[in-house]
Amino acid sequence: MFRFLFDRDTWQEVFDSFSKNKLRSILTMVGVWWGILLLIGLLGSARGLENSFNRLFGSFATNSVFVWGQSTSKPFMGFQEGRQVKLSLSDAKKVEENVEGIEFLVPRNQNQATVVRNFLSGSFGINGDYPLLDQVQKKNLIHGRFINQNDIDDNKKVVVISEDAYKQLFEKDEMPIGEYIEINNINFMVIGMFENGNVNMGPTSDMHIPFTTFQQIYNQGDRIGWMMITGKPEYDIKQIEEDAKLLLKNLNKIHPKDSRAFGSFNLGKEFAKITGFLTGMQFLTWFVGIATLIAGVFAIGNILLITVKERTKEIGVRRALGATPFEIKRQIVVEAVFLTIVAGIFGIITGGWILIGLDAAFGQGDDAAIVNASVSISVVFIALVILVILGTLIGLIPAFKATSVKPIEALREE
Amino acid sequence: MLKIHQLHKSYPIGDSSLHVLKGIDLNVEDGEMVAIMGSSGSGKSTLLNIIGMLDEADSGDYILDGLPIKNLTEKKAAVYRNKFLGFIFQSFNLINYKNALENVALPLYYQGMKRKERQEKALFHLGKVGLTDWAKHLPKELSGGQKQRVAIARALAANPKLLLADEPTGALDSATSHEIMAFIQQLNDEGKTILMVTHEEDIANMCKRIVRLKDGVIMEDEKVNQVRAQEHV
Ligand SMILES: Nc1ncnc2c1ncn2[C@@H]1O[C@H](COP(=O)(O)OP(=O)(O)OP(=O)(O)O)[C@@H](O)[C@H]1O
Ligand SMILES: [Mg+2]
Repeated sequence: MFRFLFDRDTWQEVFDSFSKNKLRSILTMVGVWWGILLLIGLLGSARGLENSFNRLFGSFATNSVFVWGQSTSKPFMGFQEGRQVKLSLSDAKKVEENVEGIEFLVPRNQNQATVVRNFLSGSFGINGDYPLLDQVQKKNLIHGRFINQNDIDDNKKVVVISEDAYKQLFEKDEMPIGEYIEINNINFMVIGMFENGNVNMGPTSDMHIPFTTFQQIYNQGDRIGWMMITGKPEYDIKQIEEDAKLLLKNLNKIHPKDSRAFGSFNLGKEFAKITGFLTGMQFLTWFVGIATLIAGVFAIGNILLITVKERTKEIGVRRALGATPFEIKRQIVVEAVFLTIVAGIFGIITGGWILIGLDAAFGQGDDAAIVNASVSISVVFIALVILVILGTLIGLIPAFKATSVKPIEALREE
Repeated sequence: MLKIHQLHKSYPIGDSSLHVLKGIDLNVEDGEMVAIMGSSGSGKSTLLNIIGMLDEADSGDYILDGLPIKNLTEKKAAVYRNKFLGFIFQSFNLINYKNALENVALPLYYQGMKRKERQEKALFHLGKVGLTDWAKHLPKELSGGQKQRVAIARALAANPKLLLADEPTGALDSATSHEIMAFIQQLNDEGKTILMVTHEEDIANMCKRIVRLKDGVIMEDEKVNQVRAQEHV
């Protein structure tokens, strides 16, 4: 059945009729080429945007919510409105124990402090943190390590600093690990240095010290600044947020309908919005690309129709010499598919070049708008399969046209 | 070779129709060489096309080599044309982007013959019409007579039993016409049955039998003493 595809003569015929109608064939292919180019270019750019977005947020567990205390807006159980709400470690513990679907819960504290080293100084955000933070908001450590359980247990005076803080406090090429810096006049040993992330969620975090040390030096007691909650993947982070808040209201004697007592930032929700936007963009891309592709394939069909009309006499001669209608149709369909695929492959190649160009223009550096703009092999494969199917279908029209007349009518044509 | 009985053909012209063949009876034996003559519009080409299965009769019987030709599918017709018939046209009808050899090889391609064998065979037939040296030339590089010789080689390539020629010399001057006729006579000598339409009495006299059409019927059907074309070249 498909042996003819491996027959040199089939391709000789295709090549002959191509070289006979060079300009027309090339013009024809432009449509399909453009469609594929558009599809690959747009899909690749969309992917690039998505990648850059993922890189931006990649260090965060995206199904996370931050919760902090504000002030009440409703009187409740004898309390006046306007009461300051402070979260505590026991609140955090209860939330972690009672709210369903929590993967991690990280209580955090923060303060602004002046930090001095030799003659250099600066004002930095100091965070009191547990080792767990590293799970939720991955720190890219350049040197050293993050806070560990030992540091927590022994209230160690150690600090993990950001690259930015390092630049302000250290000489170029100086090794920070093991050096001491003064935070609020207390000496801390630097144990790690991390790369500044692209996005800072919440207050600026220039330095991290053990949670317990923070408690001690700031007389923090049981109080915490805010908590970061990460949901298990199969749970809805919005539900977790609601449950946690309700429990916290209960624990702190706050009216259940008080919407201002706790502030929160639901990363999962924001992330979903952007993901939705990206999905929409991809959908649009497919739509535009395929529509263009179909238009291109129709252009091929149209040209083939004209070609077949012009070749009516030739087709008549071939039939007089014994070509069956099937053989004639097959040849025309093969030509259609061949033109479509060649145009498609050119489109894929030039689309690839465009993505390489985009990468060179916008894809370099840490804050690149487009990261690794690319399309997957499966997309290319799907596009090719669609091309073959469309090419075949569109080739059938001129093919049937070519054999719809009696041979004698074809021969009589001038 | 072929038997035709009460063949009718009309063409619809607007609302009415033009009755072109009004009951043709014709028997042709193996090895005959028949000229079909008649005034312009008398239906010569129509008859030849029906015999060639390029067109269909409205009614009547047509039996080719023992096979009744009626209500054939286009596929069957194509196979019969390929096996039994060779066509020579007035306007040569070579495929202009294929060279002489490829043109001659085309019927063999549709027979499903292997490329190498096909080329050898095509070259052999080109040799028979004296065009071995022109195998790689495109039709536009050939003279009218050469083109018709390529067409003859092509018609012969598939080794058909019956050769149908519609005014094969119509587009050629008389010297070239005689040259072409010499080839056709030689084919007939070798046993091929030949039917040709012609306007020219001298060409018709180079056949062995002349059938004259008038008003859609055979007016005259006579055997003639064949004039050898070779003597005129
Ligand atoms: N497809 C057609 N549609 C309508 N009329 C046709 C068609 N083909 C042929 N005719 C008419 O049928 C008649 C016979 O045509 P045909 O071609 O058989 O004549 P002919 O004898 O070969 O003439 P000539 O010597 O000029 O070639 C003519 O009047 C022609 O106009
Ligand atoms: Mg005629």
